[in-house]
Amino acid sequence: MFDRLNFPQPWLSLLLFVIWQFLSDGISGASVVLGLFLAWLIPQITQGFWPQRPAFIHPWRMPMYLTRVLMDIIVASVSVARLILSPRAPRPMFVCYPLELEHPLAISILASTISLTPGTVSADVSDDNKTLLIHALDAQSEQEVIDAIKTRYEKPLLEMFK
Amino acid sequence: MSEIAEYIIAALLLVGGFFTLVGAIGLARLPDFFTRLHGPTKATTVGVGAIMLASVLHFSVNHDGIGISEILITVFLFMTAPVSANILAKAAMHIGVKSMDDTRGKPWEQ
Repeated sequence: MFDRLNFPQPWLSLLLFVIWQFLSDGISGASVVLGLFLAWLIPQITQGFWPQRPAFIHPWRMPMYLTRVLMDIIVASVSVARLILSPRAPRPMFVCYPLELEHPLAISILASTISLTPGTVSADVSDDNKTLLIHALDAQSEQEVIDAIKTRYEKPLLEMFK
Repeated sequence: MSEIAEYIIAALLLVGGFFTLVGAIGLARLPDFFTRLHGPTKATTVGVGAIMLASVLHFSVNHDGIGISEILITVFLFMTAPVSANILAKAAMHIGVKSMDDTRGKPWEQ
């Protein structure tokens, strides 16, 4: 029974523990005990969803990436707001985006980024993890959407995960 | 509380409210399911982000400590909004929701 008492993902456990301390009102005995319990339980339950251990090679690039995404969100939401308020009809388009990333975690980060930045929503990943289907709200051409995502988001992610 | 901080907080709340409103208008105005999907996911990012900043600023100026829980709420929202948008889009493609007539490109079948 003692081999059940391990922490399969120490970093995830640590993160959960710290977040729990912030969410509860001040650190107390109860919050530490409950935090430890959750830090043990949640990785145990979700272990099946992580077939490959996430492997960051250059995690220090992450803050730079996040800043860029935040800036893009602000700029792009203004243009989407303008589109919604203007009388002209949007020019929506489904774009098949060829993925260079291979790691599942990297792909889901890219897909989340695409969904969070205004104007694009990632709709589906092909079964072989090679193509991402994106719905663009207002696009000139397929190539333009692909190029923008490739240079702004996928390149930095490739450097982070390779 | 200093006056400058109050102005900044008010401005952030207005910006947040504006983008949330625009997201709601988009939901009502855009022509088909897939374009409507864009409204709510965007409103949460900038709208909630600005309102969260205002809240953090308000409580730290009042010396109640920096509101880490607000930041965490925003992080959780940012992590879950794309997932729900993705599942909605997948479900729509699965049951074959029509997209508007001049949509270029096609959702695939698989």
